[in-house]
Amino acid sequence: MDILKQMAEAVIAGDAEHCVSLAKQAMENNLDPVEVIQQGFSKGMDTVGGKFESGEMFLPEMMQAAEAMKGGVAVLKPAIESTGSGSLTEFGKAVLATIQGDMHDIGKNIVKLLLSTSGFEIIDLGKDVKVAVIIDKAEEIHADVIGVSALMTTTMGYMPELIQELQELGIKEELPVMVGGAPVTEEWAKEIGADGYAKDAVGAVRTAKGLAKK
Amino acid sequence: METVLRGRSSEVRIDSQGPVVMIGEKINPTGQKKLTEALKEDNYGYVKELAERQLEHGAHVLDINVGVPGLDEVALLPRIVKRIVSDFDVPLCLDSGNPEALAAGLKEVSGKPLVNSVNGEHDRLEAVLPLVKDRQAAVIGLTMDEQGIPTDPERRLAIAEKILNRAVQLGIPKQDVVIDTLVLTVGADQNAAKVTLRTIELVRERLGVNINLGASNVSFGLPDRQTINQAFMALAIGAGANCMITDPVKLARSILACDLILGRDPYGKRYIVSTRKRLA
Repeated sequence: MDILKQMAEAVIAGDAEHCVSLAKQAMENNLDPVEVIQQGFSKGMDTVGGKFESGEMFLPEMMQAAEAMKGGVAVLKPAIESTGSGSLTEFGKAVLATIQGDMHDIGKNIVKLLLSTSGFEIIDLGKDVKVAVIIDKAEEIHADVIGVSALMTTTMGYMPELIQELQELGIKEELPVMVGGAPVTEEWAKEIGADGYAKDAVGAVRTAKGLAKK
Repeated sequence: METVLRGRSSEVRIDSQGPVVMIGEKINPTGQKKLTEALKEDNYGYVKELAERQLEHGAHVLDINVGVPGLDEVALLPRIVKRIVSDFDVPLCLDSGNPEALAAGLKEVSGKPLVNSVNGEHDRLEAVLPLVKDRQAAVIGLTMDEQGIPTDPERRLAIAEKILNRAVQLGIPKQDVVIDTLVLTVGADQNAAKVTLRTIELVRERLGVNINLGASNVSFGLPDRQTINQAFMALAIGAGANCMITDPVKLARSILACDLILGRDPYGKRYIVSTRKRLA
């Protein structure tokens, strides 16, 4: 089996040690690190995402796979940075936050983990983040996408506030917003003028990629 | 320690030595499309159906949550409560993040309800505890605060203590505060339930109050959730939880089995009667 395939398999198996040793092997063989990630580890993550969506794989397996991939990528990162041979964050910057008043950040953290293995640089503002703080940060760093989550019907109300505020400032076009969380539905996301919605972390990666490209 | 709840004329006792009290969780639109639609269309029939089904399966108390984005909860909660109260003689657990909605709902409820919930956040305590006190209700206190949900059992205990102290200061009897030790999914963090189990022991030992848990979160993201929910519930009940917000259709039988195993079901009567009913 060629090394790229082995890398994909190691990610699917959630085998962090194997990911690290394969990454080292790739370095020794002078393979292009960016290509190795895209054609190796990422392919494995794609498979995991597909299997998660079809119900063949489960949340802890997906998290383990993402952590394993991160371990492998960490080995390759210095080479990419020193040679400037390409970017690991081709989709740009994603600002993530659990919305004002909401302490439930597990979902946001899973989205963060997955986005970080999918070509995004993540700026995680944490939980209970005020609308103004999200906007300031997103503007400051020229974010490609903003992702906010809420787990309570009482805190969801800050999502439309965020979107209205962006509209009023005239920067809504540049800063697309995606929303998610247990009480959030696709229908409601549309209603409040969000640019994207996802029901789980795999969907969030797809949505974020679609929005960042624009 | 006994927390007494009342319906119109019925009475339910959450007793630290007695059997587990089941609060039916299904009247809650979060993630439930059919109920969300029913509430939007003011279709009380479906709400009533959910109430009936849960009571048939052994729910002692009904949780009532009508938080749908876009609907006016302050008007809707009392309206639904009023109808439930006229149809069912069962204690209610009013569940809302909105203190105004709770205040409105409490005006329509009979007997002695449970208020779901306060947590260690200062604003929440000050907004909700006075309502509990005025209505002489009981209240669920969640072990989280401005900082979120601690991963350290001692810190969760400290929040429980803070809630209890503030309630007692305001004149709410200690036995009317039920602490919810919270559980997060072991799908995202495999130590999540262990923290909860240890918190249950600590609250039991040091505060002695009754302990509530929602037993359905623990399995999120995992296959065959029922098996995990059952195992967790048994461990939580063993550790000292004695009130469960859960789906009685799925979990009532396991709860009855726990009571029997822990010597709280003389002659196995409740378990056997429930089995017969199911087979009938």
